[in-house]
Amino acid sequence: MSGQITPTAAACPGCIAAPADAARPVPQDAQIALSLPGIHCSACIANVEQALSAVPGVQDARVNLTLKRALVKAAPDLRAADLIPVLEQIGYEAHELDPGALSATQADKAGRDLLMRLAVAGFASMNVMLLSVSVWSGATDATRDMFHWISAAITLPAIAFSAQPFFENAWSALRVRRLNMDVPIVLAIVLALVTSLWETALSGKHAYFDAALTLTFFLLAGRYLDYRTRAAARSAAEELTALEVPRAIRLRNGAEEEVGVAALNVGDLILVRPGARMPVDGQIVSGRSELDRSLLTGETLPVFAQPGTQVSAGEVNLTGPLTIRATAVGEDTSLHRMADLVAIAESGRSRYTSLADKAAKLYAPGVHILSALSFVGWYIYSGDIRTALNIAAAVLIITCPCALGLAVPAVTTAASGRLFRKGMLIKHATALERLAQVDTVVFDKTGTLTAGTPDLVNLPEIAREDLAIALALAEASTHPLSVALARAARDAGITPADVSDLSEIPGFGTEGRLAGQRVRLGRAEWVGAPDSAETTAWLAVGDCAPVAFRFVDSLRPGAAEAVRALRDSGKDVILISGDTATAVQALADKLGIETWIARALPQDKAAHVQTLTDQGHRVLMVGDGLNDTAALAAAHVSISPASALDAARVASDIVLLGTDLSPIADACRTAEKATKRIRENFRIATIYNVIAVPLAVAGLATPLIAALAMSTSSITVSLNALRLR
Amino acid sequence: MEVLVYLIPISLFLGGVGLVAFIYTVRTNQYDDPEGDASRILSNQWDDHPKP
Repeated sequence: MSGQITPTAAACPGCIAAPADAARPVPQDAQIALSLPGIHCSACIANVEQALSAVPGVQDARVNLTLKRALVKAAPDLRAADLIPVLEQIGYEAHELDPGALSATQADKAGRDLLMRLAVAGFASMNVMLLSVSVWSGATDATRDMFHWISAAITLPAIAFSAQPFFENAWSALRVRRLNMDVPIVLAIVLALVTSLWETALSGKHAYFDAALTLTFFLLAGRYLDYRTRAAARSAAEELTALEVPRAIRLRNGAEEEVGVAALNVGDLILVRPGARMPVDGQIVSGRSELDRSLLTGETLPVFAQPGTQVSAGEVNLTGPLTIRATAVGEDTSLHRMADLVAIAESGRSRYTSLADKAAKLYAPGVHILSALSFVGWYIYSGDIRTALNIAAAVLIITCPCALGLAVPAVTTAASGRLFRKGMLIKHATALERLAQVDTVVFDKTGTLTAGTPDLVNLPEIAREDLAIALALAEASTHPLSVALARAARDAGITPADVSDLSEIPGFGTEGRLAGQRVRLGRAEWVGAPDSAETTAWLAVGDCAPVAFRFVDSLRPGAAEAVRALRDSGKDVILISGDTATAVQALADKLGIETWIARALPQDKAAHVQTLTDQGHRVLMVGDGLNDTAALAAAHVSISPASALDAARVASDIVLLGTDLSPIADACRTAEKATKRIRENFRIATIYNVIAVPLAVAGLATPLIAALAMSTSSITVSLNALRLR
Repeated sequence: MEVLVYLIPISLFLGGVGLVAFIYTVRTNQYDDPEGDASRILSNQWDDHPKP
């Protein structure tokens, strides 16, 4: 999986949405799940398993290479934190996964169920085909009848078991007086069985047992492909959620204890270390620090925090440890209230009808009418109900949507697989079709087009001696701006000045003494500098005028390429951000984006996307923050990076696993190609029907012709889908 | 044609054996980690004696 997820994000606010997982009682023997993004061969498996088994308390360790995970059965007091250093020592990156969030993958009952039905249909159809081939190659009289009876004995129970998903779907559609693709399928299967039984009882020549079974087999194969693609996406998405184990440190009578976020109550004292996210809404009781609110508001400027400041779940504590008193937990947090916006926006999404549904709407009534007409026609013409029923069954079997059933899943499986290798996860079944229609792309700024890490921009303007002092001060702190300053200064070949008595004052900056003078690096008001709209750190040496260090958010890799490629393919690119106008304009100019909107509130973003939609545009929204969530849900289709908040990932159709943005333009191209292939597949299926149906209506179709036509069309459609790779 | 009396039950039985074997492999989670199994067979870690 992706390696860029910050392991420091100890408590993800979005995970508060799933309190059931955290509240689950811990079993006697702890199951620890670890994500191992770096493993790839048999030596890795052996190394990891050996290293884990050597840790005292571990009972069993098993690596799953397909999912790049390790499951460890261990004594209850063993923690993942004890195992991760062991693996890092032998050179494997490891992250803890929340077993609660993964449980759905382990109990993959639906997939296993489909596979079982597919297997039964496959084995039965092979046996029946064997008998049918003997009939077609000339078995007559008693032998033929016996073969037909044996076929019936295999087919009836096999169909009763394996075609159940179709029966259920057809019944649920008919109950609300609607038609779906499964209604003609069920009708064809049932009619084929009834006429075949009737023919066999009267020692007739033609029986369609093999057709009914192969039909079921091919359609189940399509269903299974469809299911597998979505299950793979779901399990990877689950893994992203599980990476953020929802824990918080509660202070009780002065002692620290680690508890699940769901166990927190209003009034609890919670310790939030630097680098961690606020698990709940609250008020700061003690400690000074700076807060990064970018995921909630899109603002990149850190906000000063001191006792009395209100904090919201999801904000990141940057410098000093903070103790907060919880004022709202779980469902009541401001983070959660934002979810209401999403619910409203999402209602528009369900209006999209997929290509398969559109085809079914045209196809299902057409087939029924055609089959009924041939029944009536032949009954009037020959006066024989048996002939008429036989021909009606042949028409239904020949027109049956074998190729239609495979047309969509075969293509989406191929396209999703291709995009997954490029680092994109297709979460929604119709996401590709919707992506192909996009003509306008709306980007969020902070965390999406930018990486969320600052870059020093005015290094050449600063005197080397000032840089040396600033470097010495910056290296005493882990604040993101200090880290960026130190990195830039080191890269420029600066050596730190000899600053003594270094101390970090959380929330303000770093202070030290140089040749008897007090030197400070930090916030504007602390060093006595004017306020600025840009992200700026100030250096004050003694009583001299403060020196400004200006930062901009660095671009995410691939952002420029993605924007250029999207514009080249004729799409409008728009930038909407909650940040200040200067910051947004600077970025828009750099990337060549003409339309930009700054200081947008979450509602504004969603409203703007809605306006564009009302004007007839199909909008792709790319965003990562909580302030984007409503817009993500309102857009025609949406993409979020893996580093996004859980809520944003849930609201989007596609998740970008890597840090690189360039696959976005590629995904649009693949989606367009995939939609083209789907349409081609529908055309192939139609052409084959145009050729075969007149034969069936004329009463010339035999079971052999039906079997041949069905197999060829299904295989052609699958091969056409494979061309996408 | 009397041979059919034996051949047909035999072919059905063999098909049934295949089906039962497949159901057994699905039930015992043998398709959970295809890539891992493909790699494990190349390791000589448990060649001399089975994993305890």
